[in-house]
Amino acid sequence: MKYTSSEMMTVAAARALKNDDICFVGIGLPSAACNLARLTHAPHITLIYESGTLATNPDILPLSIGDPELCETALTTVPVAEMFRYWLQGGRITVGFLSGAQVDRFGNLNSTVIGDYAHPTVRLPGSGGATEIATSCGKTFIIVRHNPRTLVSQVDFLTSLGHGKTGVERKALGVKTEGPAMLVTDLCVMKPDRATNEFTVVSIHPGETREQVARNTGWNVRFSEAVSETPEPTDLELGALRELNDRTARAHGVAAAE
Amino acid sequence: MAEILKLSDAIARFVNDGDTIAMEGFTHLIPFAAGHELIRQSRRNLTLIRMTPDILYDQMIGMGMVRKLVFSWGGNPGVGSLHRLRDAIENGWPQQIEIEEHSHAAMANAYEAGAAGMPCAIFRGYQGSDLARVNPNIRSVTCPFTGEQLASVPSIRPDLAIIHAQKADRDGNVLVEGIVGVQKEAVLASRRAIATVEEIVDKLDTHSPNAVVLPSWTLSAVAEVPGGPHPSYTHGFYARDNSFYVAWDAISRDRNTFLEWMNTNVLASSPEAFAQRPPHRQVEMTA
Repeated sequence: MKYTSSEMMTVAAARALKNDDICFVGIGLPSAACNLARLTHAPHITLIYESGTLATNPDILPLSIGDPELCETALTTVPVAEMFRYWLQGGRITVGFLSGAQVDRFGNLNSTVIGDYAHPTVRLPGSGGATEIATSCGKTFIIVRHNPRTLVSQVDFLTSLGHGKTGVERKALGVKTEGPAMLVTDLCVMKPDRATNEFTVVSIHPGETREQVARNTGWNVRFSEAVSETPEPTDLELGALRELNDRTARAHGVAAAE
Repeated sequence: MAEILKLSDAIARFVNDGDTIAMEGFTHLIPFAAGHELIRQSRRNLTLIRMTPDILYDQMIGMGMVRKLVFSWGGNPGVGSLHRLRDAIENGWPQQIEIEEHSHAAMANAYEAGAAGMPCAIFRGYQGSDLARVNPNIRSVTCPFTGEQLASVPSIRPDLAIIHAQKADRDGNVLVEGIVGVQKEAVLASRRAIATVEEIVDKLDTHSPNAVVLPSWTLSAVAEVPGGPHPSYTHGFYARDNSFYVAWDAISRDRNTFLEWMNTNVLASSPEAFAQRPPHRQVEMTA
């Protein structure tokens, strides 16, 4: 089957999740990837949204983190303070799936402002749950569309800690969780270099090139020694994703999230 | 004991200019009808607290009622920006607005600390985040037992909390179900509290002995306003009107379009109009 670069991105992100993961899900691109994983290779994955919906099995992608669908299909729904205190801070979550307006080579995320904080060029929504998801989950995966405005050499505002501004601050601050372990885009998959924590390209999606990746990255991007080609989406993966998006579009009466 | 009042009377009696107000509801049960009544009664100079200021606070900010906003995520969920909030921060329209910005974890902890009568909340958070650099209310404490540096923020103690819920009985005891958010904490943290409900019934008929029930004596007033959270929703009654959240983007983008919409659908309207608004019984709203 033919597929789009957005579909390739969502499929590549979904594949990183395991059947036994307890996953804290961000809205938008992460939500699509996490639910695709649940509908394909990881039927027993536990999906948790910050609205307090625990082990939720939505039939459609929610527009917001608190859609009725999430509560109606959850094992249980807990108060929001409990969600952040017992389940997130308590160390129960294996992986957090995040996105942001800017990400740097060390996986630091900005979802607060573009430009100066006091006089921003663009005021973004802000942290939401992301700041503590980034430090309290066992590890984090990041998914963004690949362009030089998003993958930047330095984030304008550090909302959520990755490995720190030079790749070492996370450890120095005493944060015990692993931090960003993967960055998935519509062009490639990156993982942190073991020595420096810098995101390094490990696989490029079929039809995309090193030059495209380099041109669309705001830093001098490095490639690992053995860069592979990301396996194409299977018919099963594509079918499940398209059915999910179709159901979502019908339910919301608007274009589906990708 | 809560008094059972008309919404307009409850707002007139328990809301003052200059109040610090928390109108909570985590996507679910957002008290829109009460907010619109505040707009009609033109309360001014308010400090608004809310984890997720979505369309309701966008409307109140755009109407020039808000001096300061305390929040942790200010967007239109799944759609994009809050244009009135952005216009206030980026351009000072219709007036400058002060912001105090947190993360969700911090605000949830701060509500809980407020309900618990504590001066501050302590939690593990804000590590490495620039939020601590721009918000002087984000500080740290050292654990007296382990020496660990922990984040601390002041507890939230509003003058007034406003929530929406499924039902109240005739004594004013209120049942909240579904995504319960931080409503219980917000009510218990506040000096005064108002709840709007879908219906007032003889008996709450809770399905579990652990249901979230706010006793009448924790509230100042209860008002029956069916449909009151539209375009948000009430679990067990009707679904979220996602198409309105999408439509708000265009309505709110332009100052004049926004003001016209507010004139027609808020200033010239009433709490009773909400009964017709949930998706399953929707009449045409002027866009």
